[in-house]
Amino acid sequence: MRELLKKFAYVGTALVLVGVAVNSCQKQATKSGISADVAKQVYVPPGEYDEFYAFLSGGYNGQIDVVGLPSGRLLQIVPVFSVDPHNGYGFDEETKAMLMTSHGFIPWDDSHHPELSQTDGVPDGRWVFINANNTTRMARVDLRTFETVEILEIPLSGGNHASTFVTQNTEYVTAATRFAVPIPQKDIPIDVKNFQGTLTFIKVNNDPNYEGNDRMEIAFQILVPGYDYDLAHCGKGPSHGWCFFTSYNTEQASTLLEINASQKDKDYIAAVNWKVAEKCIADGKYKEVPVTYYHNYYDDKTHMAYSKVEKSVKVIDPKDCPGLIYFLPTPKSPHGVDVDPTGEYIVAGGKLATVLPIHSFSKMIKAIENKEFAGEDHGIPVLKYEAINYCEVPKPCLGPLHNEFDGRGYVYTSCFISSEVIKTDLKTCKVVDRIPTYYSVGHLMIPGGDSRKPWGKYVLPMNKITKDRFLPTGPELAHAAQLIDITGEKMRMLLDFPTMGEPHYAQALPADLIMDKVWKVYPLEENKHPYATLSEEDAKVVRKGNVVHVYMTAIRSHFVPDNIEGIRVGDTVYFHVTNLEQDWDIPHGFAIYGAHTSNILIMPGQTKTIQWIPKHPGVYPFYCTDFCSALHQEMQGYVRVSPRGAKTQLRWRGGGSDWKTG
Amino acid sequence: MKKISRILVAIASLLIGVIFFTPLWKIDLIAPQYPEGLSVLIWVNKVQGIPKLEIVNDLNHYIGMQPIDPNAIPELKWFWIVFLAFLIFGLVVAAVGRKILLYLWFGLYALFGIYALYVFWKWEYKYGHNLDPHAPLQVDPFQPPLVGVLKMMNFTVVAYPHVGGAALILAGILGAVAVFLEIRNK
Repeated sequence: MRELLKKFAYVGTALVLVGVAVNSCQKQATKSGISADVAKQVYVPPGEYDEFYAFLSGGYNGQIDVVGLPSGRLLQIVPVFSVDPHNGYGFDEETKAMLMTSHGFIPWDDSHHPELSQTDGVPDGRWVFINANNTTRMARVDLRTFETVEILEIPLSGGNHASTFVTQNTEYVTAATRFAVPIPQKDIPIDVKNFQGTLTFIKVNNDPNYEGNDRMEIAFQILVPGYDYDLAHCGKGPSHGWCFFTSYNTEQASTLLEINASQKDKDYIAAVNWKVAEKCIADGKYKEVPVTYYHNYYDDKTHMAYSKVEKSVKVIDPKDCPGLIYFLPTPKSPHGVDVDPTGEYIVAGGKLATVLPIHSFSKMIKAIENKEFAGEDHGIPVLKYEAINYCEVPKPCLGPLHNEFDGRGYVYTSCFISSEVIKTDLKTCKVVDRIPTYYSVGHLMIPGGDSRKPWGKYVLPMNKITKDRFLPTGPELAHAAQLIDITGEKMRMLLDFPTMGEPHYAQALPADLIMDKVWKVYPLEENKHPYATLSEEDAKVVRKGNVVHVYMTAIRSHFVPDNIEGIRVGDTVYFHVTNLEQDWDIPHGFAIYGAHTSNILIMPGQTKTIQWIPKHPGVYPFYCTDFCSALHQEMQGYVRVSPRGAKTQLRWRGGGSDWKTG
Repeated sequence: MKKISRILVAIASLLIGVIFFTPLWKIDLIAPQYPEGLSVLIWVNKVQGIPKLEIVNDLNHYIGMQPIDPNAIPELKWFWIVFLAFLIFGLVVAAVGRKILLYLWFGLYALFGIYALYVFWKWEYKYGHNLDPHAPLQVDPFQPPLVGVLKMMNFTVVAYPHVGGAALILAGILGAVAVFLEIRNK
């Protein structure tokens, strides 16, 4: 016995030594057991570029993060639905209008699902759309300037969640009510059974020669039963012409939804044939419903946002438009609905289901032709589950939410509860690989992974819980994303990086589809801002009653004018600052003592305006906030403020000139 | 005149025409924060900045250099006429084939070439020496080179002939060869 133990001890020691040797051969293994050789797959040497631009939604920060992949480096934050003190978005006079709604100026929203514009089902690098979930809106960001150029309010909606998903050629972008509400809004008792939902199709003007940014309009809204419409994706290839929306709370619970909305075995995917909708609109089978909603857009030439107030929408009642919409029963409170690159498979994230349901588009069309209906719900035909379902992937994982595709016949599913990404063969319906995520993954993204041609190199799960992944930063932690290599048979964890806000969905595409089209400056000769000052000689100060307009220029390293006298308490002063530079990456900033707004960051050739209402007499400094040159610290000036009613002469100087008066 | 000389003069004349399509001279301004490149191109009738002349002027104001204003350089308005005249005159020389005309053409061309280089040098001298004494950055007056390298603050300035300038030089060389051949032919 002792001999035997001794032998075990020898063998044990030998094994440990072998283990040590193997370990040191792999160089340094990280704490998560990842060998260090993955580093070269994500390492982008200084001065070199990432392969992909990724656009991650900011969730409750209302913005979009632009991240380079595979490095995970944060390249920029684009403000969309939230004011941004960094560059003045929503604070300056030009962009305030972008955040106007029928409920007034709203400085914040919850941005969820970015979606790149597509041509022929492939991301084309023109625009990225994103939705505001709270005060229902939809935005378009121009990828030449990485600026939000259009925001459209969605009327007759309560929570715009199933948005923004595009059709194959960006004919339409979807929106839908996540929360059923009275439609139109009215003062009635809280009972979801009396509420309704809408599915909205926003038409996009794709004309490349169109210069304006008022490209979006609400084509039509479809009145649907008062369920919660959660996510969507539109068809492609053979299924082009259809869009699919998941729903939950078909129980129509009004309270304690976590229990009461989880009773039914199956809820629905609403399959909408938008080509039929177009026909019904053409045939006049709709109602013009009076509503008020805002359409805001930014003009690249005047550098200013404008609001149009729209007064009605076309609403289609499915009863008047047969063939418009079918319900596909789907287990259980499904979250995501994702169409594979061939356009045939419709994969749902059966959030509470024990299976991953994959529907077949061709079976669905046959079922409609053969009228294989299980019944009707609020007048909408419900197709038989067996007649549309291609397969149920058995025991996939716990809490499947979203799916993306690699273009090689596999679907990747994020599993919130079991904190993993699984890889499933679409044809055989078998899970072929799984990899843990850290922790509780929500959305996941493959570059082009919801399009016809995924660039299937990486999958990026975006996690809701971070805990011990990074150095702690107090109770609030940044969310975490992980980059996973999917080029091999087995998924390989490459990188972990923190993300800003809460990324819900993301999109990515090869950098070369965007980088050569990006603007470096705003051409001064195209600046049509009504308060632009295109040369220092034209700088001036103009009083109109209690309003004073300062026509100011900024160039390295001075403002003109930089001395202003004759402002009085009670005045509202507007500084219209034009950056006269035409050199790449030379912005100037402007801030003035006591301003109630933010600073403004003015790009070369651009004009921006900040409002200032001085409260007390005195002499107040202003300065450039962006370290623009070696003489940046000297880029400063003064405004003299006299008491209310004082007779101080209005005069100014700067750029070496003597005092000038109006 | 020998046939070969007439051909040489004809080619030389046509080479002068190149300056109407390409710049004469190029000055590269090389600095770490201009990875995209910054250059000044001197044409027979204009001064052009790449990407923009304003960028060069913005930089020059730190050392108090006067802004380069093409409208303030009169030579840009009439030099092209002289070169056009040399082009036509050269073709006439080639067509007529009279030695005396060749000598006249070459002599004037050589003189004018030297004058043009002097004018270029003079403007460089003006910009390099006429510095604002109140400029934030004080540098000693300097002479930018016609051809060569100058280190100025964070910039390395490299000046050299562009295609047009090279064409003018080549035209001069061809003219000289023609003159040489004709003199030997006496």
